[in-house]
Amino acid sequence: MGDISQQLAEQVKQAAETGTALAITGGGSKPFLGRGLRGQPLSLAEHTGIVSYEPVELVMTARAGTRLADIDAVLAENNQRLAFEPPRFGDTDTIGGTLAANLSGPGRPWQGSVRDHVLGLRLINGRGEHLKFGGQVMKNVAGYDASRLQAGALGTLGVITEVSLKVLPLPAMEQTLVQPMAQQQAIDTMNQLAGQPKPLSAACWYDGHLYLRLSGAATAVEATAKRWVADSGGEMNVLEDGEAFWRDLRDQRLSFFSGSEPLWRFSVNPTAALEELGERTLIDWGGAQRWSRQDESLSVMAERAARAGGQVSLFCHGDRSGEVMHPQPSPLRTIQKRLKAAFDPNGIFNPGHLYSWL
Amino acid sequence: MSVANSHETDTPRPIDGRTDFPPVYRASLADRFRRFLSPDSVITDDETIRPYECDGLSMYCEMPQMVLLPETVEQVQQIMRICHAEEVPVVARGAGTGLSAGAMPHAGGIVLSLARFNRILSIDPQARSARLQPGVRNLAISEAAARHGLYYGPDPSSQIACTIGGNVAENSGGVHCLKYGLTVHNLLSVEVVTAEGERVTIGSDGYDSCGMDLLALMTGSEGLLGIVTEVQVKLLPKPEVAQVVMAGFDTVQAAGAAVAGIIGHGIIPGGLEMMDGFAIQAAEDFAHAGYPTDAAALLLCEVDGTEEEVHDHIHQAESLFRALGATSVRTSGSEEERALLWKGRKSAFPAVGRISPDYYCMDGTIPRSQLAHVLTEMQRLSDHYGLRVANVFHAGDGNLHPLILFDANVEGEFERTEAFGGDILNLCVAVGGSITGEHGVGMEKIRQMPNQFGNLEVSQFHAIKQAFDTLGILNPGKGVPTLRQCQEYRAIGPLRQPDVAQAGEAHHG
Repeated sequence: MGDISQQLAEQVKQAAETGTALAITGGGSKPFLGRGLRGQPLSLAEHTGIVSYEPVELVMTARAGTRLADIDAVLAENNQRLAFEPPRFGDTDTIGGTLAANLSGPGRPWQGSVRDHVLGLRLINGRGEHLKFGGQVMKNVAGYDASRLQAGALGTLGVITEVSLKVLPLPAMEQTLVQPMAQQQAIDTMNQLAGQPKPLSAACWYDGHLYLRLSGAATAVEATAKRWVADSGGEMNVLEDGEAFWRDLRDQRLSFFSGSEPLWRFSVNPTAALEELGERTLIDWGGAQRWSRQDESLSVMAERAARAGGQVSLFCHGDRSGEVMHPQPSPLRTIQKRLKAAFDPNGIFNPGHLYSWL
Repeated sequence: MSVANSHETDTPRPIDGRTDFPPVYRASLADRFRRFLSPDSVITDDETIRPYECDGLSMYCEMPQMVLLPETVEQVQQIMRICHAEEVPVVARGAGTGLSAGAMPHAGGIVLSLARFNRILSIDPQARSARLQPGVRNLAISEAAARHGLYYGPDPSSQIACTIGGNVAENSGGVHCLKYGLTVHNLLSVEVVTAEGERVTIGSDGYDSCGMDLLALMTGSEGLLGIVTEVQVKLLPKPEVAQVVMAGFDTVQAAGAAVAGIIGHGIIPGGLEMMDGFAIQAAEDFAHAGYPTDAAALLLCEVDGTEEEVHDHIHQAESLFRALGATSVRTSGSEEERALLWKGRKSAFPAVGRISPDYYCMDGTIPRSQLAHVLTEMQRLSDHYGLRVANVFHAGDGNLHPLILFDANVEGEFERTEAFGGDILNLCVAVGGSITGEHGVGMEKIRQMPNQFGNLEVSQFHAIKQAFDTLGILNPGKGVPTLRQCQEYRAIGPLRQPDVAQAGEAHHG
């Protein structure tokens, strides 16, 4: 546990002077993301520790290299959790890496994403300046939201050193329901149920089955489960070890995710049919996130995503030398290049990691 | 009263906000706009411009060169191309209900009103989303969604009048933020016309986009990064039931402990509001909601969800409040009673307005644990300045709205009010909070920004702005102070201690 931010800032300053590319790493749990890292490693693995945690304020501040497992353990003591359910791709996932990659679990449509829970952060920019944005309060609209901007930037704007997050109470009860169902019917059902004021907290279609999770007060969860099971005419059942299913889905440990065929992530309109993705599809986020395994070009996939009102990325495997993220329209490309220059004038942070042109 | 723009010498760009603009030739510029805008869309006479001279913070006003009221996105693009080419400042405006002078015009520029973009483009009940033009009123979204059993979450108190475009610009909140989030949490995409006049969509129908989160950056950027021309929002299913528990307490500390107790108990209320004794009295006199006027602090705790959940949580909240020393506890038994209990809170501003010629609403946020300290300190400042203050507080998310009572007709009283307000905001920063939770910095809080941010952060903000607006024509002078201003304001120092005798004299004079 320690604060090595000064040392990190020094390393950045030196790299800026010599024009050396830096490859920012945390726990090294997600080396498959993006277009690969090149440059001198800048590791945050030793920059760890929970700086402050006020359970009653629902706020935790942790250094970026702090492992999710350590955060979980401290939160659990107070019956709290990170409600965006960050995925674990190993034992070493860090909070900084989770934010940089903008990764959130099955509850995302209901509980929000990692960026939704970010209240503030500290960041070393490309000049080696250690900056502080946002804060530790729920509402703060002073200055631009440079904190949430980092979500999905894959470290191209700076070195996140500290993150302040909103934390939430653990739900009193969770229950999982499962029902055999065809894909299109599952999409319809997920969206229809999500429109009801019931404690739905996750909805997934996998391997010919619809999975639903209910979270909240015990009475509300039980009453809803009972009603939905009855409405299904006996087709729907309570899944005993539901928690394990959602954990395996979150951490990509279901058999769907094994193997080395390209894994595509679609973020689309939750009601989109997206029939062209075929049966090798896993639907999460109540329809808004689709995982697909197939050998296809980014441009074809991007067209499909656009028709479904969203975007696609080649999450892992496949050709990672070309672009792996949804193409950006020209004005946004210009703005992002300029933003990159605004934070990192010498272009030293994770060059080419997110896009070849960034 | 007008606030002078510091147009004089300043640190040059690119690391700073722009303050120098070429002179505007009003007649010839207006002619260029009239080539593609209808005659009634180009307003140049002072009398018609006058209503645009300020937003909801009327103490700050300025007359622009002209007001434009385009009707199509293409027209907005053309306006921006001309303003970009001629380096004319552009201040976008929705309903003008903002409370930080964010829509105060620039003397050398144009006001770009989006009032005519007032159509709900589509509602998709299945996907639970709505596409809106930026001039659609906040409440109109929920009204239109109601027939599908849906509503739009953020509900700023100006929701009858304020527009969704303005909500995006300010990242507006409301009383339900702790559970349902701010504007930033309820957006899917925005369409923006850039400073150069390009039209681009940020975000999508899906929840996450590739690359850096520009949607979050745009939200709350106060019209400094682009002109929002379309907004797609998420809609939520209307909760089955909502009930409110009202609890009175002898001390603010006890009420603060009750707030901590509820959250510590694992309940996230839909709304959790606190009022101090002065605000309780004013609201009760106005709304006759049956508030306990002898209480020093009042909590309104609303729980929403399924019938079973609300039943459980209301019961737990009642017991908790009693155990934590509530002097009175009352739970709404009907929708009418719930509306009545809220009426007092919702009318707190006009209620205070009735007992004072003028009031000034502040908007700081603090960690909840600092509440008692902040209120004590605020009382000290109140005595110090000789100005009364009533407090309403979004207790769930730590957002304070102190209302300072003053009389603008008393010489120097507004200046003293501003100084008092500035001290409150600096106090919020000192305890780890922020100078603004939902009203924005605008022109109003420029002076307090240097107390919350250092020069490095301020410079980074200017660099962000430049990435979107290379010439600095969008809402110049707002949101982020120049480095020179930072230096000046810091020299005055946080928590200024005014001469008490002088303050008292002005008050009685």
